[in-house]
Amino acid sequence: MLRLIASRTASLLVTLLAVSAAIFLILEVLPGDPAAIMLGTAAREDTLAALRLELGLDRPAPERYLAWIGGMLRGDFGISLTYRMPVSTLIAERLAVTIPLSLLAILISTLIAIPLGVLAAARRDGAADRAVLVFSQVGVAVPNFWIGILFILLFATGLGWFPAGGFPGWQAGFGPALKALVLPAFALALPQAAVLTRVTRSATLDVIGADFVRTARAKGVPAGQTLRRHVVPNALIPVATILGLQLSFVFGGAILVENVFNLPGLGRLAFQALAQRDLVVIKDVVLLFAAIVIAVNFLVDIAYLVLDPRLRSRA
Amino acid sequence: MLKRSLAAALLVTASLVPAHAAKTTLVLGMAVEPPGLDPTVAAPVAIREVTYANLYEGLVRIDREGKVQPLLAKSWEVAPDGLTYTFRLQTGVKFHDGTAFDSADVKFAFDRARAPTSTNAQKQIFAPIDAIETPDPATVVIKLKEPSGNFLYYLGWGDASIVAPETAENNKANPVGTGPFKFKAWNRGDRVELVRNADYWQPGKVKLDSVTFRFINDPQAQVAAVRAGDVDAFPNIGAPELFADLKKDSRFTAVAGNTEGEIVAGLNNAKKPFDDVRVRRALMHAIDRKTLIEGAYSGFGQPIGTHFSPNHPAFTDQTKAIPFDQAKAKALLQEAGYGNGLSLTIKSPQMAYASRSAELMAAMLSEVGVELKIVPTEFPAKWIEEVFRNKDFDMTIVAHAEPLDVDIYARDTYYFNYKNEKLKAAVAAASKTPDEKARFAQYAEAQKILAEDVPALFLFQLPKLGVWNAKLKGLWENTPIPSNDVTEAYWVD
Repeated sequence: MLRLIASRTASLLVTLLAVSAAIFLILEVLPGDPAAIMLGTAAREDTLAALRLELGLDRPAPERYLAWIGGMLRGDFGISLTYRMPVSTLIAERLAVTIPLSLLAILISTLIAIPLGVLAAARRDGAADRAVLVFSQVGVAVPNFWIGILFILLFATGLGWFPAGGFPGWQAGFGPALKALVLPAFALALPQAAVLTRVTRSATLDVIGADFVRTARAKGVPAGQTLRRHVVPNALIPVATILGLQLSFVFGGAILVENVFNLPGLGRLAFQALAQRDLVVIKDVVLLFAAIVIAVNFLVDIAYLVLDPRLRSRA
Repeated sequence: MLKRSLAAALLVTASLVPAHAAKTTLVLGMAVEPPGLDPTVAAPVAIREVTYANLYEGLVRIDREGKVQPLLAKSWEVAPDGLTYTFRLQTGVKFHDGTAFDSADVKFAFDRARAPTSTNAQKQIFAPIDAIETPDPATVVIKLKEPSGNFLYYLGWGDASIVAPETAENNKANPVGTGPFKFKAWNRGDRVELVRNADYWQPGKVKLDSVTFRFINDPQAQVAAVRAGDVDAFPNIGAPELFADLKKDSRFTAVAGNTEGEIVAGLNNAKKPFDDVRVRRALMHAIDRKTLIEGAYSGFGQPIGTHFSPNHPAFTDQTKAIPFDQAKAKALLQEAGYGNGLSLTIKSPQMAYASRSAELMAAMLSEVGVELKIVPTEFPAKWIEEVFRNKDFDMTIVAHAEPLDVDIYARDTYYFNYKNEKLKAAVAAASKTPDEKARFAQYAEAQKILAEDVPALFLFQLPKLGVWNAKLKGLWENTPIPSNDVTEAYWVD
């Protein structure tokens, strides 16, 4: 177990280093001068030069790379070129939206998908199964931002139950902040739930057909108990893998939903920073996304150990 | 239980409060979040749309008609040679941090803006200044090296806001000015909150107690926020296709005004075939501006025939100079030797007005035998590098948002690669003439030259599609200066 954690940590660091070099190089060749973007088309050459000097853009690339990595190691994420404030503060503010939103979406997705998937498998080819299949088919086909737009039309401008967008901040209180996240979390969750439902259904069907289930039934274990004790725990292993992937996706891929609901999340920060060539913010956020994907994969591996005793004894 | 009955009692009390107490808070929506709140060190329009007249003040200001009005300077005299400006300042003015405003602050602000290390985006405003003298705390004397006809007008821009030496460095994140509203909070990515400045030097001037600027980028989300009442006003909404519906809705006031942005399809005048005025005119004759505005901006937007804002008092209508005339376009192309067709490319940025206009132009040009290939580009980052700096383009299309920017056609290094001595003379004369009438005559001349010489295809003035609660009054219909001035806004019952 410890060995696994150590080797995972080492691979995490190597991957992050590779990602950092890649993102730095890409930004070097990407056209766009942050100083020219800040100062617009009327700026004179001497003004541009003064701003480049102020931002440290005049220094050679290797020096800037080392300064960035060195700063990261000391916990200094640098200063945003556009907002002129510590990137760590900016990211922390955005994580206060993105983490709750992602977790809420995954929670909703799981609460919908696992019962529906198991139900569909247990009533295979029945009416319930068909209904679930229709739901998952539609859910997979419809993009999350479009669901978001429909939700706004129905629940915000129509019924007035929720705000049409924006985020009041946690300082406005738990209730209002959570209220602002409900519609976007559902919009994010529904397509994910559709995918997860299908995975749960097919994983459950695989296990239902297995020998040990037949044996359990032959020994006289009631159907419901077989499902709970033998089928579902085994079916959850592939479900956990997909859930891990979905968590990474929801975390980084919420940008369209953040845009529709005008939420100040991490995805919008990355998008805005890219448009304004806020190189410091882009580099830090992309690296953070990479770290999160790796960390989630790590957690999924741990989850396997918990779900599957066979792996535990081997590790 | 006690809590609940208390809450119920409070609710009842709240509903008993007289309904005729007019609202004093305002939530105003903007598409783009400003990258900092100091208009003296960066160009983005969004900075001015939060801070202009609300947070910061200059010696003078531009009003809703585009005219220069006194502000921190209560009066001024210009010497007959046009070289010495003497400003008499308001007294008793305080910055938001409590420090007093006087002539030393004016000197500091302008010296900072023209220093070698300055990152002021409009440094040329301060270029004519030779020396700034402060004979007493209430007087500033500015000596110029050469007469500057628009000097006073430029001092009304956000770039010439008066900032204090104690706080200037931190204005990006914690702005301190002399305006009627002071900074309260900035939730990055979402909103900036301002509150009324109780020590404002014009007591009773503003009616609002607080203003919140909310940043909503997506046009659909903007309309949803207006309809749901999440924002009280969206002075420039990005969804022209929904604007007609908003106009019909009696809950809102919806006004299509003008911004300072001329949408022009810039030509690379140094490059063949654009070095031939017949080709430029032919392309202009081929464009039906009315249809283009219909398709690109749902019919909102004023057609333009030259590069000059209709908000400016010196504006002249030049749309008749080269009207839509396909036969004439074909004849001119034939005459220039392109009777068998011509193939051009246009670098079109991602903004909806630009890409839609480019598509419509391609269709219109194909009718006169010109094939227009659309190459997408990204504004501002890639566009500034490729088109603006490297001049690697045939045609492009952007809105030029700066007020009074006709002089860009007189700059040799500007991306149009345009050189016209007559135009340069007119622009230079205008910039040196302090007399308003004579100056406006020079601007009229410049507008005419551009209309006939077509260094860029003049399409339409980017409209300001404003929508706000019908009970809210006092907002601007046009924006003669990039701003969301809420100092005259108030609610009625």
